[in-house]
Amino acid sequence: MTDTEPQKDKQKIKAAKRMREIMTAYYMDAMTARENNKKIAWITSGGPVEPLIAMDIIPVYPENHGAMIGASKMGEDLCVKAEEMGYSSDLCSYARADISCAQINGGPIGGLPKPDMLICCNNICGTVLKWYEVQARHFKVPLFILDTPVCHTEYSPEIATYVRRQIDDYIVFLETATGRKLDPDQMVQVGHLALKGQKLWQKVLTTTTHKPSPMSAFDAFFFLALIVTLRGTQTAVDFYEELILEMEERVQAGISSVPHEKYRLLWDNLPVWYQLKWLSKKFSDHNACLVADTYTSAWCSSIKYIDENNFLDSMAEAYTRIYLNNGVDKMADQVLDMIRLYDVDGFVMHSNRSCKPYSFGQMDIMNIVREKTGIPVLMLEADMVDPRSFSLSQADTRIDAFMEIIKQKG
Amino acid sequence: MQEITPFHTAINDLAGLAAGIHKNSGKIIGYMCSYAPEELIYAAGFHPMRLFSSKSDISLAENHLQAYCCSLVRGVLEDSLAGRLGYLNGMVFPHTCDSIQRLSDIWRLNTNHGFFADVIMPAKLNTPSARAYMKDVLKKFQTDLETAIGHSIAPEDLKASICLFNRIRKHLARIYELKSKFPSIIREKDLFAIVKGAMVMDRKELADRLENIVQRLEQKDPSPSSAKRIILSGSICDMPDIYSLIEAAGGMVVADDLCTGNRWFEGQMDEGIDPLEALTARYADRAICPAKHSGNTLRGENLVRLAKDHKADGVIFAFLKFCDPHAFDFPYMKDFLDKAAIKSLHLELDDQQQGQGQLSTRLETFIHMI
Ligand code: SF4
Ligand code: SF4
Ligand code: SF4
Repeated sequence: MTDTEPQKDKQKIKAAKRMREIMTAYYMDAMTARENNKKIAWITSGGPVEPLIAMDIIPVYPENHGAMIGASKMGEDLCVKAEEMGYSSDLCSYARADISCAQINGGPIGGLPKPDMLICCNNICGTVLKWYEVQARHFKVPLFILDTPVCHTEYSPEIATYVRRQIDDYIVFLETATGRKLDPDQMVQVGHLALKGQKLWQKVLTTTTHKPSPMSAFDAFFFLALIVTLRGTQTAVDFYEELILEMEERVQAGISSVPHEKYRLLWDNLPVWYQLKWLSKKFSDHNACLVADTYTSAWCSSIKYIDENNFLDSMAEAYTRIYLNNGVDKMADQVLDMIRLYDVDGFVMHSNRSCKPYSFGQMDIMNIVREKTGIPVLMLEADMVDPRSFSLSQADTRIDAFMEIIKQKG
Repeated sequence: MQEITPFHTAINDLAGLAAGIHKNSGKIIGYMCSYAPEELIYAAGFHPMRLFSSKSDISLAENHLQAYCCSLVRGVLEDSLAGRLGYLNGMVFPHTCDSIQRLSDIWRLNTNHGFFADVIMPAKLNTPSARAYMKDVLKKFQTDLETAIGHSIAPEDLKASICLFNRIRKHLARIYELKSKFPSIIREKDLFAIVKGAMVMDRKELADRLENIVQRLEQKDPSPSSAKRIILSGSICDMPDIYSLIEAAGGMVVADDLCTGNRWFEGQMDEGIDPLEALTARYADRAICPAKHSGNTLRGENLVRLAKDHKADGVIFAFLKFCDPHAFDFPYMKDFLDKAAIKSLHLELDDQQQGQGQLSTRLETFIHMI
């Protein structure tokens, strides 16, 4: 045992500590917002956060909270409580956990700080629309909806006009809620930082094109929190710059995420938060590294639509054309691009009972991937927060069988 | 009532109905949601036909949709893949829930029924920008249809279509009104057949037949009924015949908050204004589906009002398993009813129809209790 310990230490990503500090400070800030006369907005993970930052409103992310609940294995308990309130067990477990948490101030951090307003962007799903209505009734606070019509086959001129108009509606909403004007210079500044942050996040993710990979998707799931919650701040930019340096050092020093990386895999859908450790070890034992995933890359998937010098205008397109708001064939194209870029040997799809827009269509993507690349695909049945939909023994057997096929091919 | 026989015939043999329409060289466009702008489809010379799952075993759709998808979405896909929808000349998907959203992609990639269109309506309906977008989307759909038929839709045709659908809605509303006044005036299974038939039959024929039914009902002198007055709420997107079960359990449906009922035919369209404006107003202002947003409490308030207006003894919530939009609204709507001291029952319907006996028992217990 003793001689593997230093090896393990070397393996650890040092920036994780800094990241935890930043997140703690962020939550402390949010918890004490009222004392400091700051407003709090709850916002969806794919929501337009930049105007909030520019107006010094603290964004709080129930989905990030959901992930924390899942990772701390408190999901089942909170989901059951929501079911007792009448919410079906078939609903998204982030929503269930958050709805019951708001009632009882439970969960790993004793509940989120109460919102002064709610910002819901339906570019990820229709669930958030319903979930935010629930919270708007519960907290009796105003709700703004940024309605981003799904781009089945195109981003039409009609959609462009509609979403652009709503960006103006959004600013008016925020100005009314705070009684303050948005400072255009501030907005420009935040826009720059948001774009910079996203580019850096993309760079972090692509460090895994290196063989062996200096980090894995499991690390990405962890480091993602900043680009979601602190997008548009200098803090996020500084942190990711630091993280990239560390990754480059690891590449130089030949430190890999999986000690004897032999196989490279791509992950689809949300993480299984309550089984990260187990999954990570499981794949690692097969010398397989999940080098990339479709989930964390969603936060840099629409960089190409952002115009740095015209942030508010381009925001409409950038927020509408994110990964999940596209047609299934478009999503498959992006998956194929990732398979090529990261040079993977297999594709693991999490069929996530909670998330219908992410999971329906997966089978078509699977077929397209098989046909176009020939790589093996594994579909794992689970749920990101509610462990009742996950069978460890079944996953264990299926992963073994899947890795066997990959090894034979290799 | 013999006037209702054609409705039963129609819904019991949808393929036969479709064949009849084809024989008269009609072309059929299918849809699965009451936000499909039937008026435009009809004005373009197509026959709009609402699809329901044939409830056959799922095998081919297993390769496209997981088991945690509602039975309507899986069932209709299965029907298409198994070749049971050969009569379709096209399909239109208005944007509603996440499941239908993905079905649209899967449909586009795997089936071939000719015409295909997404009508990507706004999810929120209560702002000027959303309304303007609604109009843009309807216009775009009109253009899509026009491209398909190779000529433009004449404004008179669109107006005529709006008038026809107004007639249909007016008669349906009248039937419901009579039913609420005299619950025994029409059997539950007949009401079910009328509403379902109204979504699939030839619309001109339908309007005439409904008119006849209204006339007949108005002459009737119904006996008073002691059955409990029930309101149905939810999505029987897929419409199993729970009407008959309610009747057997001692209840009578006096009103509903269903998109296969009141939500779909309530209200008239303005015939005096620009047709596209009238359509926009219709789809933005109609009683909303939970997949859409218009205020945070509108549906709850509507339901309480409906229950009071119709002196309901109880409300039965019925929707399909795995239906997110309805499952999210259920707790607060029930809460609104509780506060108004209106009793309610929640039924989660599955396609397999297994447990009909159990369903009956639950209905009996509830109806007995109220
Ligand atoms: S997990 Fe899926 S359904 Fe739940 S909030 Fe996220 S995108 Fe929506
Ligand atoms: S409940 Fe909503 S999605 Fe279902 S048919 Fe009705 S309007 Fe359409
Ligand atoms: S039953 Fe619910 S989930 Fe299914 S199609 Fe209708 S609204 Fe969508």
